[in-house]
Amino acid sequence: MSTNTNQNPKILCVVERAGAGLDDTAWELLGAARALAGEGGSVGAALLGEGVGELANELARGYDDVWVFDDARFASWDGEAYARALAPLAQREQPALILAAHTNLGIDFAPGFSVRAGVPLLPDCLSLESAGDGSAWEAVRTVYGGKVHARMTCTPSEQGAMATLRAGAFAAAEPGAEVTGRVHAEDVGDDVGQGRRPVRTVEPEASEVDITQAAVLVAVGRGIEDEENLEIVQSLAEALGGEVACSRPVVDKGWLPKSRQVGTSGLTVKPKVYLAVGISGSFQHVGGIKGSPFLVAINKDARAPIFGVADVGVVGDLFDVVPALEAKIREAKG
Amino acid sequence: MDIVVCIKRVPDVAEADVEIERSGLRIDDSDLSWGMNEWDTFAVEEALRLEAEHGGTVTALTVGGEDDEEVLRRALAMGADTAIRLADDAFEGSDPLAVATVLAAAIRKRPYDLVLTGAVSGDTGSAQLGGMLAALLGAGQVALATRTAFANGKLEVQHEVEGGLERVVELDLPAVVTVQTGINEPRYVSIRGIRKVASVEIPVEGAGDLGLDVAAVGAAGAREALSELFLPPTGEGAEILEGGPDEVAEKLVERLRERGGI
Ligand SMILES: Cc1cc2nc3c(=O)[nH]c(=O)nc-3n(C[C@H](O)[C@H](O)[C@H](O)COP(=O)(O)OP(=O)(O)OC[C@H]3O[C@@H](n4cnc5c(N)ncnc54)[C@H](O)[C@@H]3O)c2cc1C
Ligand SMILES: Cc1cc2nc3c(=O)[nH]c(=O)nc-3n(C[C@H](O)[C@H](O)[C@H](O)COP(=O)(O)OP(=O)(O)OC[C@H]3O[C@@H](n4cnc5c(N)ncnc54)[C@H](O)[C@@H]3O)c2cc1C
Repeated sequence: MSTNTNQNPKILCVVERAGAGLDDTAWELLGAARALAGEGGSVGAALLGEGVGELANELARGYDDVWVFDDARFASWDGEAYARALAPLAQREQPALILAAHTNLGIDFAPGFSVRAGVPLLPDCLSLESAGDGSAWEAVRTVYGGKVHARMTCTPSEQGAMATLRAGAFAAAEPGAEVTGRVHAEDVGDDVGQGRRPVRTVEPEASEVDITQAAVLVAVGRGIEDEENLEIVQSLAEALGGEVACSRPVVDKGWLPKSRQVGTSGLTVKPKVYLAVGISGSFQHVGGIKGSPFLVAINKDARAPIFGVADVGVVGDLFDVVPALEAKIREAKG
Repeated sequence: MDIVVCIKRVPDVAEADVEIERSGLRIDDSDLSWGMNEWDTFAVEEALRLEAEHGGTVTALTVGGEDDEEVLRRALAMGADTAIRLADDAFEGSDPLAVATVLAAAIRKRPYDLVLTGAVSGDTGSAQLGGMLAALLGAGQVALATRTAFANGKLEVQHEVEGGLERVVELDLPAVVTVQTGINEPRYVSIRGIRKVASVEIPVEGAGDLGLDVAAVGAAGAREALSELFLPPTGEGAEILEGGPDEVAEKLVERLRERGGI
């Protein structure tokens, strides 16, 4: 066992940047880690980037320790380079638990890192607790497209354990007004950045419509079955004076452009009204809906996860409900 | 280029009423239809596309039971050259790291330049197998690929990163790449296509063939275990509108009006 048990553990959080600042998950990891560390534990952050001194100080207003890897090789995220850079830190500091976010970047980084660090990995946690009198960690995550939850137990290795947390699932901790933590500059090994080199960043293509500005969105998913059927949601959107948005499979099939995709690998929208038509409600899709809109779900599966987050639901065939709704709206508008 | 594709057979739960067995450790999957994990269909297609352009071989691997052979046959029907099933009683109860350990042992036995996996599986979806596999093989990796191109001995991979952005990276080979949906258009396989490969013998390799220490795989090696499956708490949930299409449409119009949607 590592010298730390789950009682008052030492926890290391690998934080993410977003643009020029810190990602929201940096504070969600802190919130989760503080709750697990208790009074006697300690919570540190590892920050990688180029010219990130300011961000390190910001983190030190909440974290006890901040280990900074400031190097050109970390200017853009590279899960491979991060894993190589952080393995020695984990070895030296011996945290009982390592946390990262289950984001695209976390997915790129955490699995390989966990193997290098010799720790088991609990992915995509919705909750995380100490279990078995402090000898194990217990997490809940979604399986089978969100229709089922699984309680997983993880026994740490000699080196500890690791978990990735779903963005938005844990309450963020607020940073304090003062810098109270210690900031440490870390060396970066020569092997870091070998084998994988960044070439360029690809910005999303410009488009005529901007669904992020729309007040009303009619979002369509795989339930639409065929490109030709899109017409019925297009005329519903028209009747409502809104825009058509969609889930990822609709873009993957080439039926609608990426500029209409809502979700963690698409756009984040904040409309007043969101109609989800034939969309199951995966967390990657729902993760792109912000600002608590009035959410209406139309789905023929009463157990679809979308009904768990919607305000109003219709369990039915979209090919009946959507045209009926359009007719009533046009009637109501006169 | 010699390419290995890892594929998994998963149940389709999209429109199913999923029930949990009394044990609390399995879902009742007797009425579900099964098939190749959606992400893996894109991985196989990408492997075949690279092979068509640059030559080489495509080998499909799955860790699974006899029923799982079906997805290997589908990979063969799509055009894979070889398919191997990795199975052993000792693999029972494997966690993702153990599955990756089995796959790594099988991959090390043969020449390979590139390993493709799906980004995530549609059933237990932990999105970690590819990254673990790369670390075990000591190969480079990149997750969530949306485009690949091979030139001058290097693989250029475009992949999804933060905030809806994508990034292009250059990888030395051998490497492991996890594939996102939409990277290509997986080819359609007809029933006739499946029939053509129905009699192809699919070899099975076990712990002994792979030189695996049985203590490192299966339940014995697992640090991660499932303690319980349960249906998600419904919370407040949606107010479900009842009635025929016209009736619910009318009620919806009312609600939308209240909320400023009309
Ligand atoms: C890293 C990563 C990033 C991702 N990013 C995104 C993202 O940004 N956005 C996104 O959307 N997804 C994203 N995904 C994919 C996501 O996991 C889901 O696969 C996807 O959201 C499912 O889309 P869907 O709900 O349209 O399809 P499905 O899950 O297949 O659901 C279709 C629904 O339609 C219903 N239906 C079928 N027929 C009818 C009918 N006639 N009438 C009414 N209902 C019907 C079904 O009951 C079902 O609930 C991402 C995945 C990964 C791994
Ligand atoms: C609720 C639950 C129940 C489980 N039940 C079982 C069980 O009954 N029996 C059991 O053995 N394990 C079980 N597991 C473990 C889990 O299914 C395996 O570890 C799994 O093979 C790897 O995890 P994943 O599918 O989530 O990988 P992910 O990382 O999500 O998969 C990514 C990619 O890895 C590749 N891949 C994944 N699995 C395989 C495979 N088997 N063969 C080849 N390539 C693969 C595919 O390319 C896939 O697209 C269970 C896990 C959970 C959470």
